[in-house]
Amino acid sequence: MVDATPRMDEGIPPAEVPELELYHPRSWWTTYVFSQDAKVIAIQYGGTAMAIGLVALVLSWLMRLQLGFPGTFDFITPDAYYQFITMHGMIMVIYLLTALFLGGFGNYLIPLMVGARDMVFPYVNMLSYWIYLLAVLVLVASFFAPGGPTGAGWTLYPPQAILSGTPGGQSWGIILMLVSLILFIIGFTMGGLNYVVTVIQGRTRGMTLMRMPLTVWGIFTATVMALLAFPALFVACVMMLFDRLLGTSFFMPALVEMGEQLSYGGGSPILFQHLFWFFGHPEVYIVALPAFGIVSDLISTHARKNIFGYRMMVWAIVIIGALSFIVWAHHMYVSGMHPWFGFFFATTTLIIAVPTAIKVYNWVLTLWRGDIHLTIPMLFALAFIVTFVNGGLTGLFLGNVVVDVPLSDTMFVVAHFHMVMGVAPILVIFGALYHWYPKITGRMLDERLGQFHFWVTFVGAYAIFFPMHYVGLVGVPRRYVETGESAFIPPSVQDLNAFITIAALIVGFAQMVFLFNLFWSLRYGKDAGGNPWHATSLEWQTPTTPPPHGNWGDERPVVYRWAYDYSVPGAPQDFIPQNDPWPQKAPMRTV
Amino acid sequence: MSVILVFILVVVGFSFWWLLQHRVLSKPWLEHGVHTALPETDLSGMPTAKIGLGIFLAVVGALFALFASAYFMRMEYSDWQAPPLPRILWLNTAILFLASVALHCAVRAVREQRLETTRLALVTGGLATLVFLAGQLTAWRDLSADGHFLDANPANGFFYLLTGVHGLHILGGLVALGLTTARAWDKTVAPERLRLGVELCASYWHFLLIVWLGVFILLAGWAGDFIAFCRQLLL
Repeated sequence: MVDATPRMDEGIPPAEVPELELYHPRSWWTTYVFSQDAKVIAIQYGGTAMAIGLVALVLSWLMRLQLGFPGTFDFITPDAYYQFITMHGMIMVIYLLTALFLGGFGNYLIPLMVGARDMVFPYVNMLSYWIYLLAVLVLVASFFAPGGPTGAGWTLYPPQAILSGTPGGQSWGIILMLVSLILFIIGFTMGGLNYVVTVIQGRTRGMTLMRMPLTVWGIFTATVMALLAFPALFVACVMMLFDRLLGTSFFMPALVEMGEQLSYGGGSPILFQHLFWFFGHPEVYIVALPAFGIVSDLISTHARKNIFGYRMMVWAIVIIGALSFIVWAHHMYVSGMHPWFGFFFATTTLIIAVPTAIKVYNWVLTLWRGDIHLTIPMLFALAFIVTFVNGGLTGLFLGNVVVDVPLSDTMFVVAHFHMVMGVAPILVIFGALYHWYPKITGRMLDERLGQFHFWVTFVGAYAIFFPMHYVGLVGVPRRYVETGESAFIPPSVQDLNAFITIAALIVGFAQMVFLFNLFWSLRYGKDAGGNPWHATSLEWQTPTTPPPHGNWGDERPVVYRWAYDYSVPGAPQDFIPQNDPWPQKAPMRTV
Repeated sequence: MSVILVFILVVVGFSFWWLLQHRVLSKPWLEHGVHTALPETDLSGMPTAKIGLGIFLAVVGALFALFASAYFMRMEYSDWQAPPLPRILWLNTAILFLASVALHCAVRAVREQRLETTRLALVTGGLATLVFLAGQLTAWRDLSADGHFLDANPANGFFYLLTGVHGLHILGGLVALGLTTARAWDKTVAPERLRLGVELCASYWHFLLIVWLGVFILLAGWAGDFIAFCRQLLL
């Protein structure tokens, strides 16, 4: 135990680092629309991400309808199907998950959790959102452009991405896609600078790095990774745009298309794959790390127990972040690599499972003998652990070259990544929304609707993706609009596909119930009070709920302890807020 | 991908060093109470804007490291034909160096509160940078006049792409430099504010000079020679 003798005579010295000057909005427009307040920006990010996510949800219905009942829907042509899968994947990964975790939760939670009044560069933060919105609008515009959106698959592999055989390849689709991604990256970089520098420089007094809640650690590390990984996508997009518009041959080899020799020659499609996956693999963890952090806080709060192995949790987040930059080529086992490379990348892939497994053990050990409250956020957190373990285990199959080669490009891969980076992070997003909605709005989300939403989503997601593993093991390839008559595909696969489609429709419907709950509870939800979950972290200790611009009233809070003092023996309550000096009294402030 | 991996290694190394400075080995669950609650605040005394710029430069560095990685990977193919290096690039390099020196002088002047010299140095730096950009455009014109068009060969594509992206970063910097220069004439601006702006501009310029030297070495083909030389040493 570190010496904690009270020194009442000394008092708290004035802050060494002066406070940042807070921007004061003057009109309705600058308060709610062109706002520089991180919380408003967070809600803007979240709303936009969910709106575009709905589009992706509908697209997934359409492609499932085609797979479940092939030939029934005339308007789903092969071209349209490719466009659906491409846009579904791209929207979900980039414009929904990345934007919602970092732009949404990052903006809302970082300043509140570290005790700052706002992000350090509020103006840049505002620009970040508007550029993101522009990127989304460009993306949406591609649906209405002649030729429709690109159908190149979310990986946009050249050469097919810019050939005339691919939907959008020689029309506007691919151009708008690339421009939208470039805009997204520029906007994200602006926001990302804010999140990182706010954590480095915006913390209130007493908030050392090791007293930050794991949510902040997760978002912080993910943002650092994203800042380093997104340039790879940027480079790939710019070079492909050059290939498409200016006739360069960075990625385009010599090709004969429809009996015609194209002007390209000598480019390397593998180069694109390296660049894409150098971004693409860290991207998995950019989405996963904030989820890891948030779920740690949810579990600790709702099990009324301190997080098990806090230091290990922090180190695991940082180590996963670093390791994720040297595993990218495990997405390219079948693109013709030197066997030693395959060996190297399989090894690093398995090594990264170690810190990840540490995290899973720590979550489970936090639950062990905890006072588990089965609230909706807790249900989602528990569901996340199960789903993540499930998806992670199939990752061990795919991480090994010899197992991956036959499974590559089958529905098994689709099932794997939907479990591990689709369903799992989305479950955390839901849990987090149920958890922080009371702070954002001052009202609780409806409990019964939440129960319905949780059970349908959780069981339904398993009904969708668990059978898909078996479909993949049989050898059904992904990305095929229909499989037709194949000797190796038994009729039972078709029945399973129909079942999956029906499950997908039901799960989608449950999300509508959730959206209804979001709006309904805004008005009719139970009054939440300032700290409905009796949580310790700073965002629950704001003087008013929802927190106003500037967050903290006259004085920023002073932090006396880490964020996980739950069920401390002898304490008056089963939680001690971070700004509570118990067992001592708060010293005087000397000015 | 070796260039970007080395870059990431440097960033990761720095991050780990920084984390160790911030007591990531401590045990927060054992520390509470008023006395330990207020550790000498571990925020850095450095202005926030400088930290922000530092991180932004790391992102720009990653961008160029990735371009260099792509360049090296593409270079291995047999059809690679580097365009001749336009002579004017040597002059441009000297001019960009001059701009960097001018901004360095501006920093020294603004620290010593010599306003006249600061203004002169800022304007010199800005003008030299404009001349640099004009020189880059001339290099483009020379190349295309000799038939080395963008789409003729991947090496040409990389030439225009790398110089173009670097030029765009310079242009963005010129906007900031313009604002800072205007501030040097504005009597209402506090000296510390001006000093911070000048220091930020100078750091950005030094960084872009280093990036340009890297791009120049790459385009001149010395990097390939250097790697071949290293391989000979190893084998």
